[in-house]
Amino acid sequence: MFRGAPHRRITVRRVLLYLALVTCAAVMLFPFLWTVITSITPEGTLANGPTLLVKDPTLNAYRTLFATLPMWRIVINSFAIAMASVALQLITGSMAGYAFARLSFRGRSVVFGAYLATLMVPLQVLVVPLFIEMKLLSLQDTYFSLLAPSMASALGVFLLKQAIEAVPRELDEAAVIDGASHLRIFTKVIVPLIKPSLATVTILAFMASWNSFLWPLVVIRSPELMTLPLGLSALHGEYTTAWDVVMAGSVVSIVPIAVVFVLAQRHIVAGLAHTGIK
Amino acid sequence: MTPTPASFAAARGSDTNNVITVSAQRDSGQGDRHSRQEDTRLHSHGARRMRPGRRGSGWRNAGWVLVFLLPSAVPLLLFTVIPMLASIWVSLTKWNLISAPTFVAFNNYRRLLTDPTTLDYFLHTGAYIVGYLPLVYIGGLSLAYVLDKKLVARSFFRAAVFLPVITSWVVVALVWQWLLNPAHGVVNTVLGALGLGQPGWWTDPNWAMPSIILASAWKDLGFVMIIMLAGLQSIPGDVQEAATVDGATGWQRFRRVTWPMLSPSTFFVVVISLINGLQVFDQVFVMTGGGPQGATQVVVGQIYNLTFRYGRAGDAAALSWILFVVILAITAGQLAGQRRWVTHA
Repeated sequence: MFRGAPHRRITVRRVLLYLALVTCAAVMLFPFLWTVITSITPEGTLANGPTLLVKDPTLNAYRTLFATLPMWRIVINSFAIAMASVALQLITGSMAGYAFARLSFRGRSVVFGAYLATLMVPLQVLVVPLFIEMKLLSLQDTYFSLLAPSMASALGVFLLKQAIEAVPRELDEAAVIDGASHLRIFTKVIVPLIKPSLATVTILAFMASWNSFLWPLVVIRSPELMTLPLGLSALHGEYTTAWDVVMAGSVVSIVPIAVVFVLAQRHIVAGLAHTGIK
Repeated sequence: MTPTPASFAAARGSDTNNVITVSAQRDSGQGDRHSRQEDTRLHSHGARRMRPGRRGSGWRNAGWVLVFLLPSAVPLLLFTVIPMLASIWVSLTKWNLISAPTFVAFNNYRRLLTDPTTLDYFLHTGAYIVGYLPLVYIGGLSLAYVLDKKLVARSFFRAAVFLPVITSWVVVALVWQWLLNPAHGVVNTVLGALGLGQPGWWTDPNWAMPSIILASAWKDLGFVMIIMLAGLQSIPGDVQEAATVDGATGWQRFRRVTWPMLSPSTFFVVVISLINGLQVFDQVFVMTGGGPQGATQVVVGQIYNLTFRYGRAGDAAALSWILFVVILAITAGQLAGQRRWVTHA
């Protein structure tokens, strides 16, 4: 058949395709590279315009950064709050999911409807009264206040209820015959079978907490309690033109999450894709 | 643009039940033979039988319900439901957060709805969405389409596009503020070297919103790509094959077969973008603070300013409810339109 012509055309197309992809990858990755370069450029030379090869690389920006803000503490705060929020949402979500999927009680559908209704209310509606509530309870500017709105999520309850409903009831029944209580069925039978959905909830909760900005901005004042987005925003307010310091802060924020990403890339992507499958 | 609870709920919409049951069945790997009908039947007859040990006094059951529900019900009640109800009350008062609030009925709503600047905040928010959505959708779809094929270094390209997704909005905003710095930024340096114009980017009222859109699209491109990839991978191979056998060219096949079959994923991306776009705040707050000259002030930015800058908590609460109604209306419109253009395989 027409072996020659189509084959050559495909080759040209391939080359163009790879050129486009490499350009695209460069555009996506360059900002990260530039952030690192800026952070090691001596402060005085930034105004001369950017250069790819830094003449006298320095860690001064990092020194200023760690002297200005308790950065270690802030990184640990971000991880601790995100992990606490994940743990709480997994526990509260799977337990509520079990109640809605496996326990029959009067008003169950009404209660479940009320849970779902909380999904529709955006954070912006809650921010003002939640702030006032924290103030009244003298809880503002505490770790607890950071965590409060993300201790339970109706989204998690919903996803996990659906997963539990898909577990065949025969498995519970077998456990019942062995004399197992609900708590035992839940921990020994149900939880091991809904791991993929638990993973999705983990990723959604972790990213929501890690990125959270508006609520911490409203409720946190002390630098020791700040999370990374808030710390960076404060840094930016203080060093409006010291780009080396601001970029050093950005590097410190990106590195830990990038490490997590490299280690768990497959799970993160699968978990997010899971949310969009129709 | 990872799905927030609100956007997620809306995007999944009416057919949420079906969808997640299907994916969840795959989770357990054992639920395949359980149709939904069967499940319902078990509910009405089987549930009573199911109570452990049949010791089943009503009180014991109630005890279990409390044990399993309270851990989630208490925080949701305290930190979502009560603030939500309180917010309705606050929106009907004049309150500076310091002295006692005074009841003003619907005055806040009336003032906001007759004030032309309120419309400006919504228009700025709309401009953001209009710029952002085509960029991430067309970009994400093209990348997904290309990176679905077998290519050398495919996973590297995917990871490169995805990396910004896990970077927080504040970092994205700061990095792009520096890239787009009018005086010393790398973008303007390159543009200058090429002899092109050097816009003032986020310092210029006309260029500030495009700067925010650019940064946001860069961050969210990878998320859209992943959603569209998942959609592409769920299209059965024989459908594509049939089209090829029928003599469809690559473009025809995409336009007539692949793209229509992606409509559920498209729907998901559009709805989530609209809802998250209406709530845009972080990147605007960091990049421009709503400036220059209010050119990029968005609705949530104004809610923040009203509360914490101007001490007008009542107006802020009222504006947040107006935003909520707008989100609800747009989402309802989307769901109504869904029937017309979303194909369900």
